[in-house]
Amino acid sequence: MGVIDEEKASDNGYVPPLRQIQVGGTTEPISVAERIQEPDPLLQQEEVPYFDDTQPEWFEQIMRTESLSISFGDKKAVKEVSLPVNAGEVLALIGPSGCGKTTLLRSLNKLVDLTPTAKREGRILLDGTDTDLYDDTYLRRRVGMLFQQPNPFPMSIFDNIAYGLRERGSKRPRKKELEPLVVDSLKRAGLWSEVKDILNQPALALSGGQQQRLCIARSLAVMPEVLLLDEPCSALDPISTSIIEETIVELKDEIAIVIVTHNLQQAERVADRVAFMYLGDLVEYGVAEQVFNAPQAERTKDYVRGDFG
Amino acid sequence: MATSRKKQAQARARKKKVRTPGLWSLSDRIGVFLAWAAGLSLCVIAAVITLFMAWKGLSYLNLDVVTQSPEASLEQDKTGGFLDPIIGTVILTVMGAAIATPIGIGTAVWLTEYGRPAPLARFVEAGVEIIVGAPSIVLAIFGLLVFQQGFMAPFSFTAAGGEVFGRSFFAAGAVMSLIALPFVVGGTREALNSIPKHVREASYALGKDKASTIRRVLMPSARSGIATGATLGMARIAGDTAVVVVLLGASLQLAPEGGLPVIDVLKGTGSTLTSYVFQNSPAGEGNAPEKAYAAAFVLLMIVVGLNLAVNWIAKRGQHKWV
Ligand SMILES: Nc1ncnc2c1ncn2[C@@H]1O[C@H](COP(=O)(O)OP(=O)(O)O)[C@@H](O)[C@H]1O
Ligand SMILES: [Mg+2]
Repeated sequence: MGVIDEEKASDNGYVPPLRQIQVGGTTEPISVAERIQEPDPLLQQEEVPYFDDTQPEWFEQIMRTESLSISFGDKKAVKEVSLPVNAGEVLALIGPSGCGKTTLLRSLNKLVDLTPTAKREGRILLDGTDTDLYDDTYLRRRVGMLFQQPNPFPMSIFDNIAYGLRERGSKRPRKKELEPLVVDSLKRAGLWSEVKDILNQPALALSGGQQQRLCIARSLAVMPEVLLLDEPCSALDPISTSIIEETIVELKDEIAIVIVTHNLQQAERVADRVAFMYLGDLVEYGVAEQVFNAPQAERTKDYVRGDFG
Repeated sequence: MATSRKKQAQARARKKKVRTPGLWSLSDRIGVFLAWAAGLSLCVIAAVITLFMAWKGLSYLNLDVVTQSPEASLEQDKTGGFLDPIIGTVILTVMGAAIATPIGIGTAVWLTEYGRPAPLARFVEAGVEIIVGAPSIVLAIFGLLVFQQGFMAPFSFTAAGGEVFGRSFFAAGAVMSLIALPFVVGGTREALNSIPKHVREASYALGKDKASTIRRVLMPSARSGIATGATLGMARIAGDTAVVVVLLGASLQLAPEGGLPVIDVLKGTGSTLTSYVFQNSPAGEGNAPEKAYAAAFVLLMIVVGLNLAVNWIAKRGQHKWV
């Protein structure tokens, strides 16, 4: 991301409209209070107000939530969150623990729906379509997820990657047919050189960092358009962490990434945009540099400063 | 030299300090001593049993007794061996485990992964608990009742008067599977419960449904737990006497029924090592104590072997998620 043109950015506090091409780096951080006062940006369909040649990347909005609320029984974990996810970008969800980051993330591929007590209000759109119209299994093929703990399945490295590709029923593709995809996924996850000779060995014998990259490869194999990461490095050592961060940055060109992290330095290293959550509210959303260097909301200021000392 | 001795003295002093008298109250110390003594005497008892059985058993064990069929005779020399009881034990053990394993896996998967309708799940759990607690003689009598019903006629032989005998390898194997079932259910449930939730979710996150998650992720993960449970169940079956006495009858040799191969054996009566030991011990009628010791030793080896297998499987099959 380039440097923000603050003067121009400050006078067009808009929410990126759905399905509209928009230029990266121009969205200023908006506090929720401001957002709510605005007319519905979806109805408004305003033109892209700002174009900057120095930032020639074009971003398409791949997902968004609309007034999404999630509660567990009486407890509201996510409150009225409207958040866009852009293709070609890394979006970081930050905030103190328990503020609803994981819940928001898990709602994007409807894993939250597996919790019997969870109740959802509001909409989640994927590529402009309400995800309620999709089958859960179809949605989850398009929106992949990586977990806090590396969790390869107790099978060989090859079979772990191939697992998502194999369909149920009689038409199980043969190993030969799957091989190119498996190799490609491992390469994209940056693991190929380390495992190319041990594809048939158990995945659980790999190191923690390798396991996590294997899980990335496993997700990539089903060709998702969005990849959700829930504190993917919290169980890893610093070296594995930086390898994964590199992988994330490399992947963002092909796939939209949403990463939950409580590590602000990590968010600064990998994120293009940042959403700050507090007690279930989306307090601030904007370009990473701006959220970190010139946060608008008081809560964001406190949090960002507190963490940076 | 001098300094090192000083250091040693210091170290000794430090050690002494740790063992301050009065740190443990008298009753605590007596308790610890009793626990320690109980553990030690258990070890001694186990060692005595094993050594005694090995000494007695090995002195009477030879190739003849394990390759010859038993014969009825008042003289011990002419009573033959116990090949048929060995075969009987193997048949019952394999049969019981073969029936119990799929049913047990299914029950465990349903209880752990679905558990609904909840009242039914609790009912099934209670049922499994009752089977664990029930003396096998009770299960055996119940089995006899069931297998003597007219519709169970294909599983044993029918007497001239039309009465269904109700005793056969089928009947004994079915009830033996009940004895093994709780072990399979327990082993599988424990294995499934030890798989972190996020492993299941990782499968769902790849767009897989519950059925493929269970089949392709949970089952491979639970394999060693299932094997452990099944093997423990087999050890139980091999050692059970009541079911054999009530449901297998006490024919010395395998007594096939009907003409079909294999089926005829399963439909007929026979004996196992446990019933053989019982019959030939001084407590029974056979009065061939030497053969009984040898058979008991073989039985002990089978059960110990199965338990060693359990340890081996459990150690090898552990999947460790971070
Ligand atoms: N399965 C659940 N059942 C009940 N409450 C939950 C559940 N998952 C999360 N919560 C609650 O929702 C809130 C947000 O949790 P979470 O999304 O995990 O926060 P974060 O990831 O930001 O630490 C917390 O207060 C937590 O207690
Ligand atoms: Mg979390």
